[in-house]
Amino acid sequence: MRLRKEPIISGLVLIGLWQVASLFFPPFLFPSVLAIGRDLLAILTQGDLVVGALATSARILGGMAGAFLVGGAIGLWMGRSTTFERYIHPLLIFNQGIPALSWVVISIIWFKSTEFRIWFIILMTTLPAFAFQIHDSYRAISKDLIEMAMSFRPSKWDMVRTLIWPSILPGIMTAWKVNLGNVSRVVVVAELVGAGIGVGYELLQRQQLFDMAGAIAWTLVLVLFVVVTQGLVTLLESHFLRYRPTSERQL
Amino acid sequence: MSVVNFAGVSKRFEGESQGYAVKDLDLSIAPGELVAVVGKTGCGKSTMFNLLIGLIAPSAGEIRVLGCNPFADFDALAGKISVVFQNDRLLPWRSALENVAYGLELRHVARERRLAVGRDWLKRLGLEAHQDKYPHSLSGGMRQRVSIARAFATDPEILLCDEPFSALDELTGASLRSEFRRLVQETHKTGVFVTHSIREAMDIGDRILVFCAPGHVAAEFSLPASLRELGEEGLKQRILEVMGGTGA
Repeated sequence: MRLRKEPIISGLVLIGLWQVASLFFPPFLFPSVLAIGRDLLAILTQGDLVVGALATSARILGGMAGAFLVGGAIGLWMGRSTTFERYIHPLLIFNQGIPALSWVVISIIWFKSTEFRIWFIILMTTLPAFAFQIHDSYRAISKDLIEMAMSFRPSKWDMVRTLIWPSILPGIMTAWKVNLGNVSRVVVVAELVGAGIGVGYELLQRQQLFDMAGAIAWTLVLVLFVVVTQGLVTLLESHFLRYRPTSERQL
Repeated sequence: MSVVNFAGVSKRFEGESQGYAVKDLDLSIAPGELVAVVGKTGCGKSTMFNLLIGLIAPSAGEIRVLGCNPFADFDALAGKISVVFQNDRLLPWRSALENVAYGLELRHVARERRLAVGRDWLKRLGLEAHQDKYPHSLSGGMRQRVSIARAFATDPEILLCDEPFSALDELTGASLRSEFRRLVQETHKTGVFVTHSIREAMDIGDRILVFCAPGHVAAEFSLPASLRELGEEGLKQRILEVMGGTGA
């Protein structure tokens, strides 16, 4: 994979602009790049802070895995049953209208366990997107390919394994990439509901101390996690979807 | 004893205003026979084809394929029927070889065995050098060759073809037609070949069934007897008259 120069240049420009701003404003508004770098290094090297960063990462992946399993099952079931779709589709739309903050309040009232609260919030805010994306992928399976496979009279499992799964895989990959960004935003809000560890908790601490360098450093940790995970999903995508044709001429 | 038998078969689709797609269809096909079904677009050929595969159920009448009802006894015909469709219908995420071996995989044939069979069929169709390529990097003719190889690879008793060469250019179509005919004869398959081309029906079939709307056999011609009797042009003319509804 070739490293492109454009993102490096735009990143350096952003860092440069921030550094210039830090010369004209007090540190609680624009701390120097060096101060942010020091805090970032501390987070990535000090045991207890690393645990905090990993806790948030684990919550994101755990919540997304749950939303993927539940949303995926709902999406596939909607694809198989029009009756089920008629009942569940309006509920998913309704759910999409509920803000993440409302789920925070609801989960605080409903559940005692902080970890379960966070997991539930991620689940409820991400589930509709997984359900809709997997439902769409299922509906888009080529009727021609279904008839072709059916002409060999396969078992249901073989049909799922050899036709349905490969057909919906591109949609699943896209769903993970899109939802990863959304969940990283939601998880911080979710961690405000009494978590004693994690990026959201640390951000709250930094806000109370007016520690902008720390706040930026913790934000960067989250961004780093999203970028690395997106990279991993893209790697998986380029392996599993390598059959897809590419055109020399861009659209 | 016929391997395919339609007795008074009719098919009407739900909500269809124009009536029957197939009506009072009677036909039977003997083992080892290669029957060409020719007719105009919309005459019910494809409906007959889907009834034969068992993808749809008849509204009336009875269909027996190798003694089974292809819709009700769907699984009983597993491995006994293969289909070559109008478009290649290859799985885009599988290589040419994996596509050829697909039917065998669904029959749970061991991987080594099914790949060996797949390689053999690709070789017979002149594609051994392309076995690892994905469908998008093959030409239309090559893709259709792969789909023919896929159909033969399961060693079915009956081979069904739905206008498999109609999307190809004339030269590629003619070359594939003769290869197809040779392979059917070599492997002693019973074949049903649906086409809208009279030329193709005359090239392929031991017998030609002329379909007219709503899906019924308006006339049939045995080859080469009809060719001897009417000559090539005469037979073509006669089929055209039947298709146009001016005689039988």
